[in-house]
Amino acid sequence: MLRYVLRRLAWSIPTLLIVTFLVYLALRIGTDPVASYKRVNPRATRAKVAEYIDVNGLDPNFVQGYFKWLRNFITGEWPRSIKGRREVWPALKDAMANTLRLGTAATVVGIFFGLIAGVFAALRPGGKRDVFINTSAFVGISVPPFISAIMFQLLFAVYWQKWFGESLFPTSGVYPAGHTGFDLFLMLKFMVLPTLVVAIQIIATYSRYMRSSLLDVLNSDYMRTARSKGISERRVLVKHGMRNALIPVVTIAALDVGSIVGGLIITENIFSYPGMGLYFLKSFGEGDFPLLMPWMVVIVASVLFFNLIADISYAWLDPRIRLE
Amino acid sequence: MAEKVLEIRDLHVTFDTPSGPLEAVRGIDLDVSSGELLGVVGESGSGKSVTFLATMGLLPARARVTGSVMLSGQQLIGASAKQLRSVRGRLLSMIFQDPLSALNPVHRIGDQIGEMLRSHQNLSTHEAAKRAIELLDIVGIPQPSDRARQYPHEFSGGMRQRVVIAIAIANNPKVLIADEPTTALDVTVQAQILEVIERVQERFGTAVVLITHDLGVIARVADRVNVMYAGRNVEQGTIDSLFDHPSHPYTRGLLASLPRPGKQRLKPITGFPPNMLNPPSGCAFHTRCEYAGDICKGELPNLVSFGDLETACVRARELPKSESFA
Repeated sequence: MLRYVLRRLAWSIPTLLIVTFLVYLALRIGTDPVASYKRVNPRATRAKVAEYIDVNGLDPNFVQGYFKWLRNFITGEWPRSIKGRREVWPALKDAMANTLRLGTAATVVGIFFGLIAGVFAALRPGGKRDVFINTSAFVGISVPPFISAIMFQLLFAVYWQKWFGESLFPTSGVYPAGHTGFDLFLMLKFMVLPTLVVAIQIIATYSRYMRSSLLDVLNSDYMRTARSKGISERRVLVKHGMRNALIPVVTIAALDVGSIVGGLIITENIFSYPGMGLYFLKSFGEGDFPLLMPWMVVIVASVLFFNLIADISYAWLDPRIRLE
Repeated sequence: MAEKVLEIRDLHVTFDTPSGPLEAVRGIDLDVSSGELLGVVGESGSGKSVTFLATMGLLPARARVTGSVMLSGQQLIGASAKQLRSVRGRLLSMIFQDPLSALNPVHRIGDQIGEMLRSHQNLSTHEAAKRAIELLDIVGIPQPSDRARQYPHEFSGGMRQRVVIAIAIANNPKVLIADEPTTALDVTVQAQILEVIERVQERFGTAVVLITHDLGVIARVADRVNVMYAGRNVEQGTIDSLFDHPSHPYTRGLLASLPRPGKQRLKPITGFPPNMLNPPSGCAFHTRCEYAGDICKGELPNLVSFGDLETACVRARELPKSESFA
């Protein structure tokens, strides 16, 4: 197992290199970083432009340029953003922290309630509860986040203020303007609406996964064997049913978490939530090559990492899978 | 005669389907005596599995079950879930058809046997594990203490069926129901599994109900036979008399369709099993019976003693004498 993990981690290095090279190519061909720099800094001297090209590895030769960029990236000499010469790492770090917070909250809430709903639906397929949960899940999946986000903002902020004098939940940012320092309660209050928007999608999706996975398991022969043993129905369901039903769901969940790090672009944009999604939209809009490349590295690394987590958890839950 | 451990009387099982009620079992009477091996034969859909799933209380909730099933004096039809749980696995246990899917893939073999023990006996985990290894040995699994720590996918089909048997006999039940235990296995493995079942039966005095569509299997191991057709008993008796002079035309047809040495062509029963959503009136077999007359379309025939067999055929006495298949 340990050897498998180490080997997978080792393999992720060439994967990262190949993918970042492709990203580098795409950004250079698609956005022309030098032109963006000149557009943002119209009065930059020739020397400044040459320096920008040098530190970012924007040589005419793509391969040479990529390795120059890579060397600077690994040694920690990250070029600064094209606008205002801000350092990249603090901005990226904050964006990651904000997205991880939102993503984790939404995933935990979403998967928890999604699984419960799925189990309840599967226990009496075709029953009233099942129909209710299925219909809600259908609505939840069908309503896109940009609709539900705006509805929530209208309800809990705009109309709430009209009816009760003040809004229930804030609609943008992480803290009110001008706030400094850490305040857990205030932060949670700002997170409620974006978390809700994301969690609804997750609840809807996972209730369906769980329902179909558990239904599969409930109809299997070994459940009948378990019942024929005369053990309690609860034990039959938990020990024999849930354990098997969770195998595919956990695997999908690990993969999903990996992609959430990529930012909840739509939700973050609507709530002006300064996470990875908003970071990407802003830096891509300005063609800010120094900001974009490290973002890409983080995204690729997180997808690779959670793929590995998915494989490990799969092997851990299912003895039939051997990692070699 | 030995004590009757299982008595089924007038058992009916009906499923509500989208196309209407389907009566899969239409009044079965059946006795199992302690220590005997009763074979139950019939083609697919004749209700043989459903009869015994109903006995175990393992049918889905949408199945309506009426009649009486007495296990050592205890009524199982209409018993509470708790009562049924205390019977299942302790007095009455079951071996299923497909050993590849009957075991839970994510739990160790030893745990799956131990769970059966601990559900009915007050054993510590350690004692249950020890007993599980003994059981694996009894059913003929080599290196039982190593095998107990393995998972089902590490076993072959025949070995898995042995494990399923070990689970079923863990609490030394009075009646062991084997639902087509050899159908999914190779012929050589089939013989081994039948031997294990016979050995268990002799060693523990367990009554065994062997459900099968394979008359060859029945001929090898059964003491008595019960032939089912369209949810009814059509004939029952000892293995010798049934093979020597079958009276019911369906039993004769079954026996005649068996391959035997010196026989050039097999003689099939013509037609198809009836649609149980709309079974034929009277004797359900009359649509395929070469001896059928108008009288057969009238009433449902009941089992009547005929020689040393019990036969549900109104024309049994008028039929020509059957050849012997013994």
